[in-house]
Amino acid sequence: MISGAEIMVKCLQEEGVSIVFGYPGAVICPFFDKLYDTDIKAVLVRQEQNAAHAASGYARAASKVGVCVATSGPGALNMITGIATAYMDSIPMVAITGQVKSDVLGRDVFQEADITGACESFVKHSYLVKDTADLPRVFKEAFHIAATGRPGPVLIDVPVDIQQGEIEEFVYPEKVNIIGYKPSVQGHPMQIKRALEVLANSKRPVICVGGGVLTSGAKPKLREFAQLTNIPVVSTMMGIGVMPSDSPLYVGMIGSHGIKAANKTIHESDLVILCGARVGDRAVASPDQVVQHANVIHIDIDPAEIGKNMKTTIPIVGDLKNVLAQMLKDVSYTAPREWLDSIARWKDDFAKPYTKFDGFVEPQGFLEKLSSQLKPKAILIADVGQNQIWCANSYKMSDGRFFTSGGMGTMGYSVPAAVGAKFARPTRDVVAVCGDGSFQMSLNELATIAQNHLNVKIIVMRNTVLGMVHELQDIHYNSRYAVTELEDVPDFMKIADAYGIETAFVSSNEEAEECSRKMLKSDKPFVLVCNVHPRTPSK
Amino acid sequence: MKYTLSVLVENHAGVLSKVSGLFSRRGFNIDSLAVGITEDSNISRITIVADGDEYVVEQLEKQLNKLIPVIKVRTYTEGGFISRELYLVKVHCPAKQRLDIMKIAELMDAKIVDVSLNSMTLQFADTSERFETLTDLLKPYGIREIVRTGTVAIEKDSASGKK
Repeated sequence: MISGAEIMVKCLQEEGVSIVFGYPGAVICPFFDKLYDTDIKAVLVRQEQNAAHAASGYARAASKVGVCVATSGPGALNMITGIATAYMDSIPMVAITGQVKSDVLGRDVFQEADITGACESFVKHSYLVKDTADLPRVFKEAFHIAATGRPGPVLIDVPVDIQQGEIEEFVYPEKVNIIGYKPSVQGHPMQIKRALEVLANSKRPVICVGGGVLTSGAKPKLREFAQLTNIPVVSTMMGIGVMPSDSPLYVGMIGSHGIKAANKTIHESDLVILCGARVGDRAVASPDQVVQHANVIHIDIDPAEIGKNMKTTIPIVGDLKNVLAQMLKDVSYTAPREWLDSIARWKDDFAKPYTKFDGFVEPQGFLEKLSSQLKPKAILIADVGQNQIWCANSYKMSDGRFFTSGGMGTMGYSVPAAVGAKFARPTRDVVAVCGDGSFQMSLNELATIAQNHLNVKIIVMRNTVLGMVHELQDIHYNSRYAVTELEDVPDFMKIADAYGIETAFVSSNEEAEECSRKMLKSDKPFVLVCNVHPRTPSK
Repeated sequence: MKYTLSVLVENHAGVLSKVSGLFSRRGFNIDSLAVGITEDSNISRITIVADGDEYVVEQLEKQLNKLIPVIKVRTYTEGGFISRELYLVKVHCPAKQRLDIMKIAELMDAKIVDVSLNSMTLQFADTSERFETLTDLLKPYGIREIVRTGTVAIEKDSASGKK
């Protein structure tokens, strides 16, 4: 006989899971107890939301499904924001929650919450398991759904009696068969032909890359396509890192927080090739204006994204790396020189010097320097706020990765995501950049970092205000700083010190650069507090 | 414009809430929704009548298709399907009006399923347009209660050229 809890653990082993991030509680104890006997590492986070963020950071860095675990009721509810954050950024994740005994479900017993109901609108799929014998199929399906098509989080809610229940033997299904779930991965050849015809007639084409390029693993193919055709590339925040920052074809990030030259490029173009980008409102504020003068080729694995935010001339449903391979076979196009010249001119014309204040670190210049100090495959994780925009526009990408909560904009993402990323890629530099607002949303994870001796570097842009909203209040609310002043921010050095983590405080770019060079040489975690002027603009 | 969609789903607990939840969260308006098992007991059919433009219906189809337990979504084309709804109408009916209402029922092809001293209940299965005619005729007598199932629909083989 084998128990449900043992089955759950065996399923994880079958799926090649080597680490889970979680927080225990009474009704998930059977599972954690069985996990304890295996070599799957269970990382104790300090709040359940961070278990999901850590699983997200892990999933992005390892290109594998991230797993997070919480107990019923408050544990599961805390995890919701993390699950929703993963959903918006299409992160492959399996979230496992304990649930109260199945025979008392619905009676509002201690720590009961309808978590499958609560998560309905931001999971790719969810299961409430009512029979121990269903566990192998449910896990097999959950991992398949999470990782294939457009990836996303899948929730498995397992009542405690289902974990304790026993069945004869464990058989893991070899295949999944879900009749309603068969994502198409190849682009339709007719559509590809039509797309290339439209491209052939374009004088001012632009490729707009989104997070889908990275999810698909299509980065090399996309770079190849851009180089072969000489088509300039703009990026959404999620697509940062698809193109190397120093490529002459790369213009920059589009959108309300992007750079002017990139927005101008998309608005002056006559053909936009959207690759794994969903054209969110923050990326393109007025898609209707763009389509007035431009054709749109939209390549995405999720058919529901095509035409949702921007009218599309040629939709291509499929996995980007396949579609690009198909297109590369037949493409014979070179973008006109004049088009690239005008973009290069805009890049120069619109370049803006960074705003400096004496006695303070100027964050954009520092982040630019930091890019050259890090190892080539470094992972930089930007939090949410001005720090995110500084990173997005000034941190220079080559072959590393840039993670951030792009869709949901969840403050407090960077530190726990860095925990997950470091476990996935122990030999790479992992740096979290956050503000003093976002740092205070997840600084409890310093305990996880210290406990696991994780070599994670945290850069805190300390400007004593919630900078992004503060800036918004300057523009739209007559500089009335309602509830955005942190005033006496705590001494972050003392906090780091309390966790036994090395730390430093810097007030100029020279100091910051010197200090980060030292910090990166050490193999210990570090909290670098940068004194930033509250009026430093986001761009 | 009104659209009639047929959604085949796996017959599990919780599937209906996934489908109906999608409507509220994406801001789609439903006129009616009817669910029942199909010829295959593992599969249910949800028939939805929704209000919206072409964009809304396209989004609706795509978003429904994204739900894992949804097997197939079809939007029926005008004239290509037969739709019916079942209505139960309770009318105020003292003895002296009985004949009048029986006449209306006969004319409209409604069935009298219950009679009491002061009321009569009619069963009517047809389209919503025909039901409007019936209620117009019954209104002067005093309609006490209307119960309706929501529209169900089936494709017309005669229109699609199938044999």
